Amino acid sequence: MEVVQMQRRFVEYAASLFREGFLDGQFTQLQQLQDESNPDFVVEVVSLFFEDSEKLLNDLSRALDQQNVDFKRVDSHVHQLKGSSSSIGAQRVKNACIAFRNYCEEQNTDACLSCLQQVKQEYSLAKSKLETLFRLEQQILTAGGSIPIMME
Amino acid sequence: MLLLHIGKPFNLRKEILGKKMRGKGSSSSKISTLIVDDDPLTRRIHKVLLTKVGLETQAVENGKEAVDLYRSGASFDLILMDLEMPIMDGPKATKELRAMGVQSMIVGVTARDLEVEKQMFMASGLDDCYVKPLTTDTVTALVEKLNKDN
Repeated sequence: MEVVQMQRRFVEYAASLFREGFLDGQFTQLQQLQDESNPDFVVEVVSLFFEDSEKLLNDLSRALDQQNVDFKRVDSHVHQLKGSSSSIGAQRVKNACIAFRNYCEEQNTDACLSCLQQVKQEYSLAKSKLETLFRLEQQILTAGGSIPIMME
Repeated sequence: MLLLHIGKPFNLRKEILGKKMRGKGSSSSKISTLIVDDDPLTRRIHKVLLTKVGLETQAVENGKEAVDLYRSGASFDLILMDLEMPIMDGPKATKELRAMGVQSMIVGVTARDLEVEKQMFMASGLDDCYVKPLTTDTVTALVEKLNKDN
């Protein structure tokens, strides 16, 4: 495949992620921060997000599995996850966390468990889509092309 | 409507903004900033953001570390203070710093855009408060303000 075709695929895929609400403007900000002194900034930051999230999701499962659920603890984990998803522009994960926090306040275990499932699902989707995006990016770089920067 | 731009935008103005304007015309030095945040992701993003605008950055993980730095004689032009942190949170650290006579610009950074929360945080002695993560525009505006106040 020619570089121009790869670039077009990348742009179209990235555009779909924004259109479908998986990513928001914060992700664009991260892309704009990447340069020669921080060439892998976006991948680096998103990888930190993956690590953080996986740990938080495990902690959440454990916390909600207790006999007496510590809702303060649950809320604290969700707060962290909301913060990091917001930092990288993972909009749907962030929104799922916002809903989750409301149920923490109500101390509703069943609703929280259901929210956790939602968050896990959104995280899984976000992860898979970002990994695809990075793969498309890598293809372009390997072929000697440069990554198109998108501005709306 | 999507525009395609191959290459990186180059902004010389932002580099110049990061340098302090010294009245007597001698050497200009970089504006120093302290990032106070318990989240490594936020610290990383803010570090790169501030560096890109030409600022010098240092980061600590909670309010107590920030206060200790000042107690040991360090000083910064700008402090980015997170709200929720373990050991010592943003409002407590801000109150302590102001009580110590610290006049640095302290900007609060909150995860939620709640008016009540922001007001409470501002009352502890902040110069301003924003929702995180900060954007390039916000940081540029802060630097312009710092240069004007100098």
